[in-house]
Amino acid sequence: MSSSSRHAGMGNLSLEGAIEGLKKLLIPNDKDEQFNKELETKIEKLISELLGTTPHDCHPVKRILGGFQSFKTNKFDMYPELFGELAEHQTPKFLVFACSDSRVSPSNILDFQPGEAFTFRNIANLVPPFNQLRYSGVGAAIEYAVVHLNVENILVIGHSRCGGIDRLMELPEDGSTDNDFIDDWVQIGLPAKAKVKAEFGHLPLDEQKRECEKEAVNLSLTNLQTYPYVRERMARKALALRGGYYDFVEGCFKLWEVKTIITTPIHS
Amino acid sequence: MKQRFLSFKKNKYMKDLELYEKLATGQTPKFMVIACADSRVCPSSVLGFQPGEAFVVRNVANMVPPYENGPTETNAALEFAVNSLKVENILVIGHSRCGGIRALMSMHDDVEPSGLIGSWVSVGMNARVKTKAATHLLNFDQQCKHCEKESVNCSLVNLLSYPWVEEKVRNGELNIHGGYYDFVDCSFEKWTLYKENNLRDESGKVAVKDRAFWF
Repeated sequence: MSSSSRHAGMGNLSLEGAIEGLKKLLIPNDKDEQFNKELETKIEKLISELLGTTPHDCHPVKRILGGFQSFKTNKFDMYPELFGELAEHQTPKFLVFACSDSRVSPSNILDFQPGEAFTFRNIANLVPPFNQLRYSGVGAAIEYAVVHLNVENILVIGHSRCGGIDRLMELPEDGSTDNDFIDDWVQIGLPAKAKVKAEFGHLPLDEQKRECEKEAVNLSLTNLQTYPYVRERMARKALALRGGYYDFVEGCFKLWEVKTIITTPIHS
Repeated sequence: MKQRFLSFKKNKYMKDLELYEKLATGQTPKFMVIACADSRVCPSSVLGFQPGEAFVVRNVANMVPPYENGPTETNAALEFAVNSLKVENILVIGHSRCGGIRALMSMHDDVEPSGLIGSWVSVGMNARVKTKAATHLLNFDQQCKHCEKESVNCSLVNLLSYPWVEEKVRNGELNIHGGYYDFVDCSFEKWTLYKENNLRDESGKVAVKDRAFWF
């Protein structure tokens, strides 16, 4: 390469300048095709990295390593006091139930930082009623968060275009199933489906699904109150229950609370 | 809560509208991640997963029960991720100072587990047995640390008990990885499980490859 092409674009320190400079180096050299091909691959990789575009076959291990290095540099090493304290114990104020959907991480949409929220994620953010024989996974999370971590808030977040709610609304009436476990899980939401069918059965199925996404949150909030330790703490106002709905089509978030009211005596 | 969401909307959603509009029509994550519900180990934070990248299950002590245990919330999500979303990688991440593993290691022998926590963490009983055998000279904290990693291996082996997982792993359509996040010294260990392919014998041996340690 002549010295003039080597320096082309290098004086300009902007991103665009660097990319243009690299592109100029992609001039074919008739003399050595093998060298050309290797150089071309390396330059194209550099250009795509500068542009922030992911290469076609993003290697999963590289993706994980990159993510961890970024976290360590930008967060862990920047806040040694916080992370030192967290290493000893966690004292989250929230227990959060959210869907496993890749688009709805609570850390992302509600900016929960390390140590803030004990987070349980499952299909359709469902909480089954208290049962000592089944669903010990969910029960274990509630027991640990409420009894051992003493969280002050439980938040159940539903979301738009939920695959689990889709399946719930499309469950065959005859109880037949074509999968091992999915239907068994989503049928926890059947009371929510029944309510939606009764109130909104006249609407198109898509709109019924949107209603069910919200109704399922309410069902989970109701089911939470069947856990004795939840009920006990709510009664002495040590625990608050809230529902949320993240709509990523409209880009909005709704939040509501569970309140129990005991009226004054009703005279006859 | 309002401020948090509005900050997300302003700094992330509105800045990347094209991505979010695309995600609104459907998700195609390449990863399924099974992590602990512990507030300190969110995979989006620690591994930087962006919206759309990882289908995430979080439960106490990042456990995967075996197929024969029957329906749970974890294997419902596993079935959805593998058969419907067709993820290409499953990553099970354990972590340091795990309360669930501590509860598992604290259980008394020959006594039925009490409470829902006990019932759930019993899924990791194999890990506890292996740990006790290998570390009887170490103190309790060290034993728990050993069990945290052993439990990840136990979960990885349990993943292979699901026929549709085992088939995809054998065909090379699905990779399963273990990970261990230590937030005391901020390090991450990862390894990949694979099944040695013996064409005659369907139940090939399970082995580990690509072990790496980042700090």
